[in-house]
Amino acid sequence: MEGWKMTTLPKHTEKKLGLVIDLDTCVGCHACVISCKGWNTENYGAPLSDQNAYGADNSGTFLNRVHSYEIQPEGDAAAQLIHFPKSCLHCDDAPCVTVCPTGASYKRVEDGIVLVNETDCIGCGLCAWACPYGARELDQAEGVMKKCTLCVDRIYNENLPEEDRQPACVRTCPSNARHFGDLGDPDSDVSKLVAERGGIDLMPEQGTKPINQYLPPRPKDTLLPDAGEEFDVLAPFLEPVASEPKGFLGWLDKTLEKL
Amino acid sequence: MHPAPSVIFFTTFSGLGFGLLMWLGLGIPAVTGWTAFAFFAIAYVLAVGGLLASTFHLGRPERAIKAFTQWRSSWLSREAWCAVGALVSMGLYGAGLVFLETRYDLIGLVGAALSLATVFTTSMIYTQLKTIPRWHMPLTPIKFLSFSIAGGALLSGQVQVAVFLLLVAGTVQILTWIKGDKAFAQSGTTIATATGLGSTGTVRAFEPPHTGTNYLLREFVHVVGRKHASKLRVISLLLMVVVPVVLMILPFFSHFLAVLALITHIAGVLTARWLFFAEAEHVVGLYYGMR
Repeated sequence: MEGWKMTTLPKHTEKKLGLVIDLDTCVGCHACVISCKGWNTENYGAPLSDQNAYGADNSGTFLNRVHSYEIQPEGDAAAQLIHFPKSCLHCDDAPCVTVCPTGASYKRVEDGIVLVNETDCIGCGLCAWACPYGARELDQAEGVMKKCTLCVDRIYNENLPEEDRQPACVRTCPSNARHFGDLGDPDSDVSKLVAERGGIDLMPEQGTKPINQYLPPRPKDTLLPDAGEEFDVLAPFLEPVASEPKGFLGWLDKTLEKL
Repeated sequence: MHPAPSVIFFTTFSGLGFGLLMWLGLGIPAVTGWTAFAFFAIAYVLAVGGLLASTFHLGRPERAIKAFTQWRSSWLSREAWCAVGALVSMGLYGAGLVFLETRYDLIGLVGAALSLATVFTTSMIYTQLKTIPRWHMPLTPIKFLSFSIAGGALLSGQVQVAVFLLLVAGTVQILTWIKGDKAFAQSGTTIATATGLGSTGTVRAFEPPHTGTNYLLREFVHVVGRKHASKLRVISLLLMVVVPVVLMILPFFSHFLAVLALITHIAGVLTARWLFFAEAEHVVGLYYGMR
């Protein structure tokens, strides 16, 4: 027996590896979804199965999903569309770990990654119930819980060229909206980025202390009216010719008004 | 939450079975020999049958034995220990009553305590989940325990005690509904905190990640049955509390009416347990613009 392993959480992890997701630059292309599904189907653990993949009622296991949200700012400003990738946030206070009855779910002391030991998982689903983010999905073919591993089989894999030693979703992102690093080290690139852009926790009130951070969209440029004068030299020529209708149109306007 | 039949049957029948075991452990009713055998057989069929039903929702039931390892952190693991402890101690105690006509008081008390502990740990599996605000409150274990004890009293044939305890359990159930209806709003979790985008404006789910459904939606977002929730609440309360109480206070209460009272009680608890799951809203639904 290799130690008396319990699904209690470690008091301290040496690193806090995680992702920083930039909601300002994500274009919602779903490339991260596909690369995640590809890598994690072909490599470590049970494949991510699909059910009835080519039928009418298809579904499957995904470790990363991209939602889209519309934000309507106060007043007349135009609505914004935000693409929102979501995967495991590798929480410091991960409720999915402590509920596990078998010890299959655990958080690693060395880097803080939350993993599932699939040979111990009984597929009770309680960890998915405990996760507020929907980061865990029970694979319908294998009967075990699947979740983001932060591509633990890539980031330490010396058989891969160095530039590929990051999670598949980060490596594939064409708009550089995903960043990987140690969020426990204040001098890391990701920590600096979070500090600079005001990174946020999802559902802070749930008390999970997520490691992954989301960078909020930057304020959008305002269009007309007051910005017009400074840069649009053609604006005076585009003024409406007649603001008040005169002549026949004016008569018609008044007559119709009276009806 | 998806109201899976396996968990509804499990919580209803094992709750009833462990409730009966608790009363038997206290020596109420004071039965021995074949009468005791009949009581213990009913209790074990309900308790063990319920536990077996719960294994049907496992993805890998053949590994269920591993659920005994994490008692330090997991309520599900603690439940497994309490259930085995209760069944073993009550088995020894029952064997004494049935075959030796002897009451081992201490074993009975331990068995009664472990039977209640099993129901309590079951309820804590649900209560601990902050993600489901309707369940995350002290009334949840009180409700599970009060129904288990009242149902046990009904099964063990203590008419006056059962009437009183059923009225208590019914009151707890009504309070649970009143408080539970406000729980999601009070939890403070909204689509704004879920996305972190609330400071920019009003957030609306625009497009889900996939055109089809998925595990999360099937398991956590159950909206179909909720539209009849208020009718079902009345029906369940009538069946599990009002009808049995009325039958038991009738002057001509008989064994036949006792069976009828028990059947309506079970039907009512099954309905209430269905509602317990169907009405529970998981915060993950917010990401899909649903509850």
